[in-house]
Amino acid sequence: MEHLVVSSSPHIHTGTNTSKIMRDVVIALLPAAVASALLFGLKALAIILVSVASAVLSEYLFNLACKKKQTVTDLSAVVTGLLLALNLPLKVELWQCAVGAAFGIVVVKCFFGGIGKNFANPAIAARVFLIIAFGQVAGGSATRFAELESGATPLVVIESGEGSLPSLFEMFIGNRGGAIGETCALALIIGFVYLLVRKVISWHTPVFFVATVFVLSLIVKQDLTLALYEVLSGGLLIGAIFMATDYVTSPTHKTGKVIFAIGCGIITILIRFWGSYPEGVSFAILFMNILAPYIEKINIKKPLGGIKDGKK
Amino acid sequence: MLAFRFLGKTHLPHNKNTSMLSAVEMPPPAEVLIPLLQHIGAPAEAIVKNGDYVKVGQKIAEASGYVSSPIYASVSGTVGKPEEYLRADGRKVPAIRIVSDGEMALFEEIAPPTVSDLDSLILAARESGVVGLGGAGFPLSVKLDALKKGNIDTVVFNGAECEPYITSDTRTMIDQADRIKYGLELIEKYAPTVKKFIFGIEKNKPEAIAKMRQIFSGSDKVTVKPLHPRYPQGAEKVLIFNTTGRTVPEGKLPADVGVLVMNVSTLAAFAEYCESGMPLVSRNITLDGGAVAKPMNIKAPIGTAIHDIIEFGGGTKENVGKILLGGPMMGSAVYSSDEPVTKTTGAITVLGIKESLQPTESPCIRCGRCAESCPHNLIPDSFSKALELDNKEERINLLEKNKIMLCMECGCCSYVCPAGRPLVQNNKLAKAEYRAHLASLKDK
Repeated sequence: MEHLVVSSSPHIHTGTNTSKIMRDVVIALLPAAVASALLFGLKALAIILVSVASAVLSEYLFNLACKKKQTVTDLSAVVTGLLLALNLPLKVELWQCAVGAAFGIVVVKCFFGGIGKNFANPAIAARVFLIIAFGQVAGGSATRFAELESGATPLVVIESGEGSLPSLFEMFIGNRGGAIGETCALALIIGFVYLLVRKVISWHTPVFFVATVFVLSLIVKQDLTLALYEVLSGGLLIGAIFMATDYVTSPTHKTGKVIFAIGCGIITILIRFWGSYPEGVSFAILFMNILAPYIEKINIKKPLGGIKDGKK
Repeated sequence: MLAFRFLGKTHLPHNKNTSMLSAVEMPPPAEVLIPLLQHIGAPAEAIVKNGDYVKVGQKIAEASGYVSSPIYASVSGTVGKPEEYLRADGRKVPAIRIVSDGEMALFEEIAPPTVSDLDSLILAARESGVVGLGGAGFPLSVKLDALKKGNIDTVVFNGAECEPYITSDTRTMIDQADRIKYGLELIEKYAPTVKKFIFGIEKNKPEAIAKMRQIFSGSDKVTVKPLHPRYPQGAEKVLIFNTTGRTVPEGKLPADVGVLVMNVSTLAAFAEYCESGMPLVSRNITLDGGAVAKPMNIKAPIGTAIHDIIEFGGGTKENVGKILLGGPMMGSAVYSSDEPVTKTTGAITVLGIKESLQPTESPCIRCGRCAESCPHNLIPDSFSKALELDNKEERINLLEKNKIMLCMECGCCSYVCPAGRPLVQNNKLAKAEYRAHLASLKDK
């Protein structure tokens, strides 16, 4: 007797799955992780390890407690933990890292139904949570930031006019103050290229996000060098490449991505130049995350040969 | 516009292992089972009965309506008791079994038809038993009937063959180029409104493109258009857009935009009938797939059981998980290798156990790849979401708003989905529900 599988077409599949995509994102973040260890030392590694461990463990425990299907193998919690860690400054306490990662995973992701259902990027939400809860270490006000061991961030220097700016080359390789993973533009761009080559993300969001910030800075500051500083400082690159491109919380279609990215850029500039925080990338992405479903809605593609209702 | 935009984006493995292999004619099997519905439309009606002796090319079932097609004996031998045959799509259709005498004796009355005008050409198309051999099975006579309206200015010949593995159309273009030329000239002669003939062939078939270019080098009406080897180039509306730049509106036919699409194998089979009088009794079938020991093209009598063809082709090299009539993207899985091949079977794809595993389903991560891959610019995920709604009215409204009926079930969305979701499978369910809804509206 034959035992044939009978199923509906198609009968083949790319073989890509969520874990492989997440694995690619982790690989793309590795240069930034390595750079953070080189620039900031072993503490940076400790932050990364604690954050990833906390993210994975809290997802595992949540699923266990709620008797849900275990999803830690899809590696999305690893991405969240890693992204959060790279967005934290060196001064952060390890327990704060752990709390932040657990908040991102449990409150922002699991409470809303797990992977694919979260309304905002868990890593961003966790970072913003840490900024608000423990302002003095996780980001926060200009004066506090200036006291950090890692030194004043360029954005603070630009804003306050005190201290000295690192050179653009130092900015590019990451020899400046800031969150451990956001400083090395070179490492982030390597990750970006990897994601593009692997077709994990499209270029639209990062390019339009960064371009908007650059152009607006140029208009406001009337200075090419300062505009370049704006691009290379803060969490712009890591945000534009790794956080604004989060599938779940950004529009799926290209036009939508462009609108989303330009929105992120405008809000970033508004906060940086006129807000009370020196850095606005996280808030900008978080805000646009919430708008993403509406952008998605106004941006329905026109089906080939489709006739508008009422014109039949 | 054409230069900038083309439809179809999905990159599939081509696996055209058999493109250099001409079809090998297989000896008559011990028996054939010929379903009387191998086309779109009404089943043919049997005109032979239990115990009759029939010869190759003898009519055994008559077309029963306008959209129907006659069926001919593919082997010589004795007709068995009337049977019912359960198709892969779950529909039961009458079928005729012929026990072969191994002689393959030709029917004496076979003679080329007299074709003198468009009407007689269409009549010949009907008598030839030829239907759309690309897989749709639309009777050729009905298709050619559209030429009578006089608005068709372009005929597109579909040689895209975009499914993995399949090369039967490729081989037809290379091995039967003269026939294709003959068939094209018949249409050219009797349908003077047609100003342009375009062959759409994927670039991964350079031999076929070269052959067609060579044989039509003298004709300024014929162009050969190489297509990007991206699935689904061979889908009718995609092909029309990519070859002519025209868009077939929702609910309309290609004829409404002045185009007629015909598969190259359909044209060759029709030309064979016009030339020799031999109706459609056999066809070229690509036998390939991961479990096939020796991929090859086989010319088999219609009604031959799948296992006879696999056996003739050299059997399998590993345990079989799935057998498909057609290619892996749109072919249908059969439940038994006893099933016969029909007029529309261009390929038998045999997959191993591992290849037959379905991807594991996980939650949607909103990557947007399904929408990106859809050649019709639909949002496949939206239909699956609609199906989850409890309220029937909302469900139907959402399906309608997102144009479910434009889905042609090419399978790109399911193929690319990293979450392994059954998107096109859901679309098929959704289409069935929407069709039932339309039918219930009509009843009211």
